[in-house]
Amino acid sequence: MKENKVPLLEMQNISKDFFGNKVLSDINFTLKEGEILGLVGENGAGKSTLMKILFGMDVIQETGGYGGKVIIDGQEVHFTTPLDALDLGIGMVHQEFSLLPDFTAAENIMLNREPQNKNFVSEFFGDRMNTIDFEALNDSAKVAINRLGVKLDYNMPVSQMPVGHKQFTEIARELSKEGTSDGGNPIKLLVLDEPTAVLSEQEADMLLSSMRNLSKTGIAIIFISHRLQEIIDVCDTMMVMRDGKIIKTTPVEGVKVADIANWMVGRNVDTKIEHRIFDYSKVENVMKIENLWVDMPGEVVRDVSLNVKKGEILGIGGMAGQGKLGIPNGVMGLYPAGGKISFKGTSLALNSPRALLDAGIAFVSEDRRGVGLLLDETLEWNISFTAMQIKNKYLKYYLKNLIAWRDQDAIKKATNEFVKQLEIKCTSTKQKAKELSGGNQQKICLAKAFAVEPKMLFVSEPTRGIDIGAKSLVLKALRNYNEKLGTTIVMISSELEELRSICDRIAIVTDGKINGILPASRPSADFGLLMVGEKVEE
Amino acid sequence: MINSTNKFLPWMKEKIKAFGLPRIIIALFLLFLFIVAPFVQVNIAQSLSDVLARFGMNAIMVLAMVPMIHSGCGLNFGLPLGIIAGLLGGTIAIELNFVGPASFYMAILLATPFAILFGWGYGKLLNRVKGSEMMIATYVGFSSVAFMCIMWIILPYHSPTMVWGFQGQGLRTTISTEGFYLHVLNDFLSINIGHLTIPVGMILFFAVFAFGMWAFLHTKTGTAMTAVGSNAVFAKASGININKIRILSVILSTWLGAIGILVYQQSFGFIQLYMGPFFMALPAVSAILIGGASVNKATITNVIVGTFLFQGILTMTPSVMNSAIQTDMSEVIRIIVSNGMILYALTRKTEGQN
Repeated sequence: MKENKVPLLEMQNISKDFFGNKVLSDINFTLKEGEILGLVGENGAGKSTLMKILFGMDVIQETGGYGGKVIIDGQEVHFTTPLDALDLGIGMVHQEFSLLPDFTAAENIMLNREPQNKNFVSEFFGDRMNTIDFEALNDSAKVAINRLGVKLDYNMPVSQMPVGHKQFTEIARELSKEGTSDGGNPIKLLVLDEPTAVLSEQEADMLLSSMRNLSKTGIAIIFISHRLQEIIDVCDTMMVMRDGKIIKTTPVEGVKVADIANWMVGRNVDTKIEHRIFDYSKVENVMKIENLWVDMPGEVVRDVSLNVKKGEILGIGGMAGQGKLGIPNGVMGLYPAGGKISFKGTSLALNSPRALLDAGIAFVSEDRRGVGLLLDETLEWNISFTAMQIKNKYLKYYLKNLIAWRDQDAIKKATNEFVKQLEIKCTSTKQKAKELSGGNQQKICLAKAFAVEPKMLFVSEPTRGIDIGAKSLVLKALRNYNEKLGTTIVMISSELEELRSICDRIAIVTDGKINGILPASRPSADFGLLMVGEKVEE
Repeated sequence: MINSTNKFLPWMKEKIKAFGLPRIIIALFLLFLFIVAPFVQVNIAQSLSDVLARFGMNAIMVLAMVPMIHSGCGLNFGLPLGIIAGLLGGTIAIELNFVGPASFYMAILLATPFAILFGWGYGKLLNRVKGSEMMIATYVGFSSVAFMCIMWIILPYHSPTMVWGFQGQGLRTTISTEGFYLHVLNDFLSINIGHLTIPVGMILFFAVFAFGMWAFLHTKTGTAMTAVGSNAVFAKASGININKIRILSVILSTWLGAIGILVYQQSFGFIQLYMGPFFMALPAVSAILIGGASVNKATITNVIVGTFLFQGILTMTPSVMNSAIQTDMSEVIRIIVSNGMILYALTRKTEGQN
């Protein structure tokens, strides 16, 4: 490759904010013809947003565009729809499949670009009446599949394929887009967004070798993966993103998995954290989880055994989809679960939210809008409801306890207290929950849990999607609650640094199991290794 | 002056928005009908009496929509099931030879176990089809009517006032309530001023139930019901047994439907069996929608306003139009207006928006 050649893709000073919330800043990189660039970073680091900008996805336009320049072949471009990107020869394979299940591989590959035969009817009624030339279609598909260098039956309906073949079909479709659309360019740049996440090891190997083949023919590839070893195996250069910034761009030669893990979670932050010293010597277990499995789509828990100590803040971390979210949801009975849980020595029924709540265990869900809130009701209702139903708080009784009447005054008073305590920004306690911002909604969810006066609290992704100010407030509120009332807190979060800043111990979940539990004071690199499935000495 | 209009306009807009533009338009149209009425020789006092009577007759069946809306089961298109419970109560009360007001109260008493039983089964069914309750409910209503068409013939009724004269068995299609509970509520405490009759008793009877419903929604269980309708997963996460609450709401709704039809009959004068209950759900559904309810939110005010507007238009349009164009088209107009209102109301239904 000649170094003086114009790079295929160059991004200059790319920045992006969603309603004032900065998600990308100072993104600069170049990509040469035939280069494979590995892109790694934790969830929410900004990888997808960056790719969306590259593709001119609608959501970028709708949220006010982006800053900086995207330069392709030396010319600045400004895509407004993904079709523009396609015309310039940029293809993308998404995490989720977008295939028609009842069509064959060949039909899917050539979808909407089918070779056509003119016929008698179409002479009169136009091209819409053309018939499809299936032979030519299959041939084109075969060419694309061959370029990919995999064995794939072009005649097999997608619904009957193993997952890996679906992935190949999807990639072959991008490859086959060679100037078949009007004025389109052949594919030059392919973005693969976690293509190996669903593949078996063998299939992944096949994919990696076909990626190498493609790069030899001059196609540049941006490869996003959480499997760090793959990045090292296949990429020429790699780029680590964190908090919307590029932390590191380096040739992969000589890079070790541990290094990448380190960059991903960010060791620089270490120095700022002051860890609480929690005395574990005299503490007994408050909750014992044994062999828990949870059938939560996308977050399957396979076999989790965990002891939670009284009064501690236990963090549960791990990559998305590994099962960390399944643990609280399964324990609290929101998804089908099995195994054994005991709380303070008495065993609890699974699959029954009521049993857990009655035992004094509360849950703040990661799904604020779906599970956490009554969006159409007032803040008063949101905060008081669970406590009213479980603890019989905020009720007045008439006719010898026959009628339990909602005590509006008590509810209002309690709500006002929480609004003050948690600094919830609202126009009145009668405001609807859906009108609040994400951070304030999260505070409402916390207030709802606090109102139950729980002995133990599960908090799932408490800072997801809220701005930094609200984040620290929420974390502070949790810490205060833990310190003042001795409430045991189990906090689940994708953000390791957040866990490290507040928790006493952190358990890392991989593949539905606890891969290890370490004190929060350990360096983040150790947790990074645990996250990618390595073992670390305690 | 300018200042005051500046303040007045937003205030006005707010009020209009709160009350709902469609309701204002319908109310204005109703008002227009009342204004036009004297010019085409329609007696206003008489018309008003009709509207009030029809309001009283129908209001409880509209009220029956409320619990199921609150629990997230949607509009109760299966109201005929509740009506059938009411019909069973009414006919059994007559069969047992209760007369006068006693027959009315016995009818309610006898209808109750049926309503609870039917509602329980109906609720069980709806719990299995979460997400498409309203369509299933429609067919529950229709098929229960069809089933009862058989039963009305087979069931061993003997009272000569009810069975077919020539055969001595099988119930007649219409049975007069005269001598039993005809006008027990209409005449109770009713006030007559010239042509104007205000059926205070009947309206009071409704008020009792409306108050009961309002009070129920303020209790712990009622609050849970509203929460289930507002966000079922939230309620589940708060330890509520969603299915139980939903069944309770369906039972309540069915029971109110049973009482509603008895009130209707005592005013109307006839028990209508067989296909009678078939289309009874639609006017009730429409009334509550016109009153401003949505598929998962309804208040007692929606019930009162909706019933009054719907029945008002339904009563006034045919009589005014009839007199205006000097031909007897009342039935045709009534059908056009009532179905038009239903169509309008159903297009008005707003799904829960996030």
